Amino acid sequence: MASVCFYFQVHQPYRLKKYRIFDIGRDNVYFNDASGTNLDNKWIFQKVATKCYLPTNEVLLDLLNRHPEFKISFSLSGVFLEQAAEYMPQVLDSFKRLIDTGRVEILGETYYHSLAFLHSRTEWLRQIMLHTRQVKKLFGVEPTTFRNTELIYNNDIAHIIEGLGYQAILLEGADHILDWRSPNFLYRPRRGSKLKMLLKNYKLSDDVAFRFSSRDWNEWPLSAEKFAHWVSQVNGNGEVVNLFMDYETFGEHQWADTGIFDFLRHLPAELLKHPDNDFLTPTEAAGRFPARGVLDVPDYVSWADVERDLSAWRSNDMQYDALNKIYALEKDIISLGDKKLIDDWRRLQTSDHFYYMCTKWFNDGDVHKYFNPYESPYDAFITFMNVLNDLQLRLKQLKNNSVVTNEQ
Amino acid sequence: MKPRILMFGWEFPPQNSGGLGTACFGICKAMARQQVEMIFVLPRRQPVAGNNLPLVFAGLEEIRFETVDTLLYPYVTDQSYAEHYQDIEPGPYGPTLFDEVIAYGKRARSIARKHSFDIIHAHDWLSFPAGLAAKRISGKPLIIHVHATEFDRSGGAGVNEKVYAIEREGMEQADGIIAISHWTKNIIIKHYGIPEEKIRVVHNGIDSDDIVLIPESLHQLKRVGKKMILFLGRITLQKGPDYFLAAAARVLELRDDVFFVVAGSGDMERAMIRRAAELGIADRVLFAGFLRGAEAQAMYQAADLFVMPSVSEPFGLTPLESLVVGTPVLVSKQSGVSEVLHHAIKADFWDIDEMTNKMVALLREPALSKTLTENGHREALSLTWDRSVAGYVDYYKTILNKLRK
Repeated sequence: MASVCFYFQVHQPYRLKKYRIFDIGRDNVYFNDASGTNLDNKWIFQKVATKCYLPTNEVLLDLLNRHPEFKISFSLSGVFLEQAAEYMPQVLDSFKRLIDTGRVEILGETYYHSLAFLHSRTEWLRQIMLHTRQVKKLFGVEPTTFRNTELIYNNDIAHIIEGLGYQAILLEGADHILDWRSPNFLYRPRRGSKLKMLLKNYKLSDDVAFRFSSRDWNEWPLSAEKFAHWVSQVNGNGEVVNLFMDYETFGEHQWADTGIFDFLRHLPAELLKHPDNDFLTPTEAAGRFPARGVLDVPDYVSWADVERDLSAWRSNDMQYDALNKIYALEKDIISLGDKKLIDDWRRLQTSDHFYYMCTKWFNDGDVHKYFNPYESPYDAFITFMNVLNDLQLRLKQLKNNSVVTNEQ
Repeated sequence: MKPRILMFGWEFPPQNSGGLGTACFGICKAMARQQVEMIFVLPRRQPVAGNNLPLVFAGLEEIRFETVDTLLYPYVTDQSYAEHYQDIEPGPYGPTLFDEVIAYGKRARSIARKHSFDIIHAHDWLSFPAGLAAKRISGKPLIIHVHATEFDRSGGAGVNEKVYAIEREGMEQADGIIAISHWTKNIIIKHYGIPEEKIRVVHNGIDSDDIVLIPESLHQLKRVGKKMILFLGRITLQKGPDYFLAAAARVLELRDDVFFVVAGSGDMERAMIRRAAELGIADRVLFAGFLRGAEAQAMYQAADLFVMPSVSEPFGLTPLESLVVGTPVLVSKQSGVSEVLHHAIKADFWDIDEMTNKMVALLREPALSKTLTENGHREALSLTWDRSVAGYVDYYKTILNKLRK
């Protein structure tokens, strides 16, 4: 039996506009670039929606209608959902249509796609709750499987997630944690009892997400038939094939002219040609298969880069400094209770901001390996810290005001 | 088999006033390390840095120096040459720089006859006529190496027609052109009408071995907690000192604990002193005059930030010198060095707001300064002349192969 488990990550950060020293104290709207460039959130959202979200949802809806066996799962970040509602509500409607089929699972994550777990567990828990509430409100479902930002995982995360009542958690099928074991089975965390771990089959996932259009790849071009054949080979030595990827794979990372949509359109039928294959959502997989072993993951693992660690967001002084300073504000900001200030503060926690500050690719000279809407990691940091200075100023002013109010 | 090179330069340390001599020195040493057989020709007999630095030049038998007696004054305009000429002993060829350049060209013939070599390599317009003469005599291919063009030196205004004509002739007659940056390559294409495929970009390097840490200067100001931002370079239109002062004035509106140092000399020096007074920041801007060697280095080390706001900078070695001693840099995007240096903050030279924004951020955020310094230092050390010379050798072979066919 090989059950295919699809999970697509859907996320868009609120990118900071160009914000200079002169703006501090004068402009407290940080996310409203309207330049029609890579800092313009609305422009990007509409572009990606047109190229990816809408057409891919259409293909998937058609597949769900045609194949009663077909199932998928999504994780939709809260900041994605917000931008969809604000910039292109039809995108939300199209996700609703998918979810209404009853064969699309929505996973839980932090609303702000943040790294909060690394700095504040209370804030992390609040953001998970916010996300759950939002998913319930929009789609009428409650997440039962959790995926942390960028699949960041360790034993502690699993322990807390189990305590919150989730049945499964997703993580990277990194070689260093699996060792000789296969990602095609379910596992149990070291301190867990019932929580199931689903590990990304990075080989097969990346064949689609990264290599699909690569002409240097000796398997190019990749047909649905060939790929289904690879998946079917798992039969007999695995139970589930976890294909986890960014949703933007379809139409954005791999453009339509690469044939990615045709591939997707034909894939379920090709997979179903093998009588032992079927589809499961993560929670269904956790219900069907037993854990075949215990995985001890004391150190953080993520799905980023070859390192599969936290270095994309936490490796230089700028990143540490920005993260420390943003979380240092937690107590004051939360206790003041100003809704706008809290929301801005949380939007600044989105992992992408810290990713843009990463300098490790610069060191390899391979600058084009990653995407950055800012001209350099230094520009990203300068912008972020200018905004943070303004946020601190607002906090100070609000605090002073509230002291005055209290005294009156 | 590495080709043998006949190389024409114009200046050489310690008698250099600009980047060309420093570059030629770096190139010579790296050529020697890579055992490229070369004869380096200078227009006039002078003590060369190699004699003073036996450690550096020891065992570098491959490099032979040939000198021709002409006046030496690099990075010059014809007018400033005439002024300079009055101050020192008369050269054998005549009073104008053009006379010198032409005379150097004539002398080059006998040198080309005397030696055997496979390819000729000439640096900048001052030695182009020499390179061309050697090519005519020997029939060997000529590569000209463009470190700066008349458009950089003049800032685009008042291009000297005679210099332009020499540059253009050299570029047209040469078998290949090395440009020290894409910035320069684009100028060659745009202003000299040279086809793109005739130009190879090989960026300059830095000789970090020669730089040793020395005690900081200005430590009294630093000790009282003042931050220092440094400009170091010729005070000319090309280097953008006026943009530096404009940004300084804006920074001082936002922070009180900063002082600025302008180190260098040039035809805009007095105007810049006046400009600082006009801006009301004369008490915050120190004009340190022309510094070289250890003095310059002490200044880099004392600075919290080094700024190179050049209007048109073919390469720009100073930011690398600054990074080697561990001071972060802000460079204009209109520079060749910004093409190879990732770990720097960058701005358009004319964007005073952006320069101010970045200067203030750097002073405010120690994490920014630290990350820039650590990464920038490492990157500067990796930009070696050996890397550049490997690029030249590859180009020599390309040109020789092409001509063989």
